[in-house]
Amino acid sequence: MSMATTTMQPVERENYLNKEYGALSWLFTTDHKRIALLYLMSITFFFFIGGFFALLIRLELLTPAGDLVQPDTYNKLFTMHGMVMVFFFLIPSIPAVLGNFLVPMMIGAKDLAFPRVNLLSWYLYIIGGLMMLHCMLTGGVDTGWTFYTPFSTAFTNTKIVEAGLAIFVAGFSSILTGLNFVVTIHRMRAPGMTWSRLPLFIWAHYATSIIQILGTPVIAITIVLVAVERTLHLGIFDPKLGGDPLLFQHLFWFYSHPAVYIMILPSMGVVTEIIACFARKRIFGYSFVAFSSIAIAVFGFLVWAHHMFVAGISIYAALVFSLLSYAVAVPSAVKVFNWTATLYKGSIHYDAPMLYAFGFIGLFTVGGLTGLFLAALGIDVHVTDTYFVIAHFHYIMVGGALMGYLGGLHFWWPKISGRLYPESWARLAALIVFLGFNLTFFPQFILGYLGMPRRYFQYPQEFQVLNVLSTAGATVLGVGYLLPMIYFLWSMRYGKPAPDNPWNAAGLEWKTTSPPTTFNFEEEPIVTWEAYNYDELDAPRKEGVPIAR
Amino acid sequence: MLDSTLVGLHHEEEHHPELLHHFADAQQQRDSASLGMWIFLGTEVMFFGGLFCAYLIYRRWYFGDFGAASKSINAALGATNTAVLICSSLTVVLAVWAAQTARRSLLIGSLVITMLLGLTFLGIKGVEYKEKFDEHHVPGASFSFDHVPIPGHPDQYANPRHAQIFFSLYFIMTGLHALHMIIGLGLFAWLLFMAWKGRFTPEYHTPIEIGGLYWHFVDIVWIYLFPLLYLIDRHP
Repeated sequence: MSMATTTMQPVERENYLNKEYGALSWLFTTDHKRIALLYLMSITFFFFIGGFFALLIRLELLTPAGDLVQPDTYNKLFTMHGMVMVFFFLIPSIPAVLGNFLVPMMIGAKDLAFPRVNLLSWYLYIIGGLMMLHCMLTGGVDTGWTFYTPFSTAFTNTKIVEAGLAIFVAGFSSILTGLNFVVTIHRMRAPGMTWSRLPLFIWAHYATSIIQILGTPVIAITIVLVAVERTLHLGIFDPKLGGDPLLFQHLFWFYSHPAVYIMILPSMGVVTEIIACFARKRIFGYSFVAFSSIAIAVFGFLVWAHHMFVAGISIYAALVFSLLSYAVAVPSAVKVFNWTATLYKGSIHYDAPMLYAFGFIGLFTVGGLTGLFLAALGIDVHVTDTYFVIAHFHYIMVGGALMGYLGGLHFWWPKISGRLYPESWARLAALIVFLGFNLTFFPQFILGYLGMPRRYFQYPQEFQVLNVLSTAGATVLGVGYLLPMIYFLWSMRYGKPAPDNPWNAAGLEWKTTSPPTTFNFEEEPIVTWEAYNYDELDAPRKEGVPIAR
Repeated sequence: MLDSTLVGLHHEEEHHPELLHHFADAQQQRDSASLGMWIFLGTEVMFFGGLFCAYLIYRRWYFGDFGAASKSINAALGATNTAVLICSSLTVVLAVWAAQTARRSLLIGSLVITMLLGLTFLGIKGVEYKEKFDEHHVPGASFSFDHVPIPGHPDQYANPRHAQIFFSLYFIMTGLHALHMIIGLGLFAWLLFMAWKGRFTPEYHTPIEIGGLYWHFVDIVWIYLFPLLYLIDRHP
């Protein structure tokens, strides 16, 4: 089994990409790797739609006066930006693309436990996506992605029900992905692949799946209630009819706060893999990193009301939720400290995936620490609904989740496509993304602290300099995102054929061919080594003796 | 799962026609399917959980109004339906046993009776909805719940707006439950078709098992709905 070969392989060897051709072989595939690529294409499409809305928002905010779009249009822009990015890009991004591709391979399985359910989840995503597109093209929604009641149920005239149903359908796609992962990780591991030998990417996806399974149904029923209330004028959330708008906020955030961890946990898994590989070291404190993922998933369910400190909940509830929100910082910090400790005395290589991983650690730390500001009751009252909040969660979702996604895409691209991407372009892009990101969002911390509210399409003169900086940063960031798309597409045709294990990385996915065959492995792997055995992998190079295994 | 000392499994030896290519053996396939269904039921618990949460809050806020509204529902019909569903759970268990022990006619009979009981439940539910419709208890423009005394406080009338919240929850909760019954009936029609074609054997009857799990779950939801919606404030 020890075939850590670095020799060139002929590209024409049969693999999952060239086994069959034609649109139908893709649309009816049950191969988890092909479904991952279907997801990759669809979420990239929605990423650029969401990015287009962001571009218009930043252009409007270039000047203090509201001069580019109408106020109502602006409301729709930030709403659709949020809905598309959260539900159609960030939540499916790493699990549905990298997770789909890698979970079976990393544990030595031929496929996910339910391949047809996996395909169904992609179709549900597409149906939800088409509904969302239709909704956008015929008027959109203007409530903000949170669609708070009673504005959403009794006042606005925009397409709440259609957008809600789109999210409802896409939510079931997310549930099915999570369900598939949990069953696969429990039941499909190769002989010898014990829980303590699983790559930490798998632990992160396991924790993510738990949130998807337990959280998403709650947003589903909430959407049903909003739709029923809006169409039949029932009074469940409408205070005029005796209902409670706070109940809506509780139900909404019961899912939507853990949903943040659906976005960030897989990214943490990716970063763990990258850091171990490019520091050439075993991860420091494996079990702490593994269980911190589970802890984040569990604590994540107990902090939702920190979104409601100014909404009129009792001060005692607020105290408890504030305290619990601090608790999430503990497992998050465990991860950051363990990554840093792994780097200590590592043999560090500055390849593009590692640059993204470094970016992730820094930006996630800033995002996480400002999250503690917001968990503190007094400061939260001051900065609620300001750009401080916007900057905070973009540091987590874009600086964290998206950096991890891009890093992972670079790291596994040779395995996915069988081609190498151009390394120097990739390093340049990573740098541009990092600089552009900070230029876009750091000024927003200051803007928020100075009191600029979110969701307004005009602002006082004195905020202009910082807003111009932010818009300039967004332009840089946009270039940083376009570059990888261009050179990834380029590399599919012109890139050098990738060896099976270009990074000399540990992990079962690198022990099969690039790209893998349909059933991933020529013969069923039997695992006899611990995860991240980089000391063993590098041993022959250091000492000139063959590996004992 | 398996120890590192174990050698690889040779799954070429036995190849049941229902064994999918990516599973090592039938046991792994059965375990996966069953775990998948249990997790799905977990998502269903959370789905209904949001509604139960809403119910509990409003029941506490509008205590008397909920009592008055609950009393207007026909508890006898609800009790009958409870009995019908408990009987259907028995026939589902019989179907699983029949599949395990290769009793084909018992299997088909149990499935048919289960479906008949399910249809009975939906029929009785329809009668109940009709009663509510006739009494103008369906939330909406023609809703009326005037001058209904609060149980225990004969001098106080229930607030119609608050009673309307009870009926909204009543229709949403029982409606979603009925929708799950209808999906279950569809599922069982497919199981019946497969059983009639003789596809289930003692080695392969996973669909009967996980279909049964689903049916039991829908029954259990009703076991909670019945006392919460029908039996509050029934004491003399």
